[in-house]
Amino acid sequence: MSETQLYAPREPIFPRRVSGRFRQLKWWIMAVTLGIYYLTPWIRWDRGPNMPDQAVLVDMANRRFYFFWIEIWPHEFYFVAGLLIMAGLGLFLFTSALGRVWCGYTCPQTVWTDLFILVERWIEGDRNARVRLHRARWDLHKWRLRLTKWTVWLLIGLATGGAWVFYFTDAPTLARDLVQFTANPVAYVTIAILTATTFVFGGFMREQVCNYMCPWPRIQAAMMDPDTITVAYRDWRGEPRGKKRDADTGDCIDCMACVNVCPAGIDIRNGQQMECITCALCIDACDDVMDRIGKPRGLIGYMALTDEAAERAGQPVKSVWRHVLRPRTLLYTAVWASMGIGLVYALFIRSDIELTVAAVRNPTYVVQSDGAIRNIYDVRLRNKQGEDAQLQLSLTSDATLQIALQGQDDTDTVTVPADTTVLQRVYVTADPQAPAAGRAVTDLRFWVEDLSSGERTSQATTFNGKESQ
Amino acid sequence: MSDEQIDHETGVGTTGHEWDGIKELNNPLPRWWLWTFYACIVWGIGYTIAYPAWPMISGATSGVLGFATRTEVAQDIAAHEAENADLVAALNAADLTDLPPTDDLHRYAVARGGSVFRAQCSQCHGQGAAGTTGFPNLLDNDWLWGGDQEAIAYSIRHGIRNDTDWDARYSQMPAYGEIFEDGEIAAVVEYVTSLGNTDFDASLAQAGEGLFMDNCAACHGNDAGGNRDLGAPNLADAIWLYGGDRAALTETVTNARFGVMPAWGQRLSEEDVRAVAVYVHALGGGE
Repeated sequence: MSETQLYAPREPIFPRRVSGRFRQLKWWIMAVTLGIYYLTPWIRWDRGPNMPDQAVLVDMANRRFYFFWIEIWPHEFYFVAGLLIMAGLGLFLFTSALGRVWCGYTCPQTVWTDLFILVERWIEGDRNARVRLHRARWDLHKWRLRLTKWTVWLLIGLATGGAWVFYFTDAPTLARDLVQFTANPVAYVTIAILTATTFVFGGFMREQVCNYMCPWPRIQAAMMDPDTITVAYRDWRGEPRGKKRDADTGDCIDCMACVNVCPAGIDIRNGQQMECITCALCIDACDDVMDRIGKPRGLIGYMALTDEAAERAGQPVKSVWRHVLRPRTLLYTAVWASMGIGLVYALFIRSDIELTVAAVRNPTYVVQSDGAIRNIYDVRLRNKQGEDAQLQLSLTSDATLQIALQGQDDTDTVTVPADTTVLQRVYVTADPQAPAAGRAVTDLRFWVEDLSSGERTSQATTFNGKESQ
Repeated sequence: MSDEQIDHETGVGTTGHEWDGIKELNNPLPRWWLWTFYACIVWGIGYTIAYPAWPMISGATSGVLGFATRTEVAQDIAAHEAENADLVAALNAADLTDLPPTDDLHRYAVARGGSVFRAQCSQCHGQGAAGTTGFPNLLDNDWLWGGDQEAIAYSIRHGIRNDTDWDARYSQMPAYGEIFEDGEIAAVVEYVTSLGNTDFDASLAQAGEGLFMDNCAACHGNDAGGNRDLGAPNLADAIWLYGGDRAALTETVTNARFGVMPAWGQRLSEEDVRAVAVYVHALGGGE
């Protein structure tokens, strides 16, 4: 009883090199995703003279988010919320259809760990050499290899953290400031933190991040069902396993290739496990062995659990599409797509000029010395264009009302600089004898017109009169 | 581990703890988790030494780094004041009547004046500056003592009818309850009512007109249009500080009114006085 261990040290894992079609696919995905991550901040996009020319920019200081031709203001943050909902639904969709395909192929933790293992293999050798090195004493040789590896890891981490900060300010300027040590301390601290997390998560934590820190492995059970395509070992074909080849043994020769290549350190032959990220490297490893011993591929492969009975009986199985297209995935797709269509629609009906009208209701109205009734409105005029805009304000109403702009004696036009909002106080006055002056509430509508483009937009509000008792 | 400690259903080892036949499985946490936990404890202890934390009999420990949010606020305020020093100097030097509304200094004055107004003036004049009975509405275009920026600044700086500032705006209407005969007050009230209404007693108003010209016109003017040098209100317009119905007018004529405003120049800085003047002028009624 006293030997019971409540805490266990991490079991070191030494994934062996493997080649095959899934490994090939993963190299490509790694190149594309890392390429997008590192290069995106350097793409330029001309928006006009007073606007940033970085294609993707999260401008916290000025509260703007730029994505190529799209510019998101803080009040339009629902676009980002919508994208997050779509990302969530997309995760549901792919997990219910293809299992943890996100985890296995595109999760940053997987991609960077893959990169770190690649570096490890270049410097320290493949699995057996690494196991030997792990057990070796800390002599000069071991120190040299370890320090080289850690240095390369740190450089990757530095590049990762460095790329991150470029998304938040003009990349060329920041790059110059960074090397001249004149950049904002926040940039250096951010880079330092992300360098450290990349170094630790990719180099040392690896599958521990998935097993102990990430909630997704725990949620996946609810997202998957027997029709989900996932990585499985065909035990009816492989068992009983054994190195001895005779009529009694199955196709599995117990060579441990699938275990040795696994970055999660598990044995897929034990069935589906929480630790499995469905990276499919065991498929490549096993196919290679099957080719060599002259057996058909696919002892380990992508399959749905519902096919097991048919496969055991040697009958034809359902096609992949019949597994993937089922009410659940169709529903996810429908919700995901309608969300996307809604966002695209909202994006295209956005106007370059906007106004919001807030009636000042303290007091509800002001009596002028000649008995005229004045209402006050705070009108926010928003110009999302790259150039200054001349915005003309007017109103329409059934009643006779006069409009005047605070601080602008003879004009109804406001100049709104590029990419800004201007708060303009507007007075609306009803003559003493006008119907609106004696009526509790009169409807009116403010209009704003961009004098150069002719674009118009409006907002309705009300005018409060002095109720005749 | 011996066989007794393996749970046969799951194949997982147990801690050996058992309650009514229910065994506790042992899925050990990673060791680094434990170290993270210890590191958090160490960090927590260090944090409470570095920063204010432990409650003592009077107050809390102040922390060896000497951090205090109050100090930070004081630094922020000082930084803002240093940043605005140029604007404050320009505001104090400016001719307020000659400040275009599009000017940055005007915007600064309105913003600064607005916050001073809400803190110091809104108790009487209201958050929206609409005033109430006896406290003028600052949004309309009727001004007792003048409505340009400098006139407003003077009213704020020296106040009205107070005992503390010799330069305060001052005037006093006599209480006609002690001067007029019975019925004369009603006649004057009817005359004043006739100036802005169509519903009045013509003969009574005619009787009041003579009394008005003899007693009231000296300050309020022959046309009852008021006199800003004396703070005498215009009686022909639609705005009444103390109410414009016959009962309110009777009360005003009988006992007079004596509205007082403090001399804010004694309480606020000159730049605050000027900023409030610009703010009030910009509310909509400024001249």
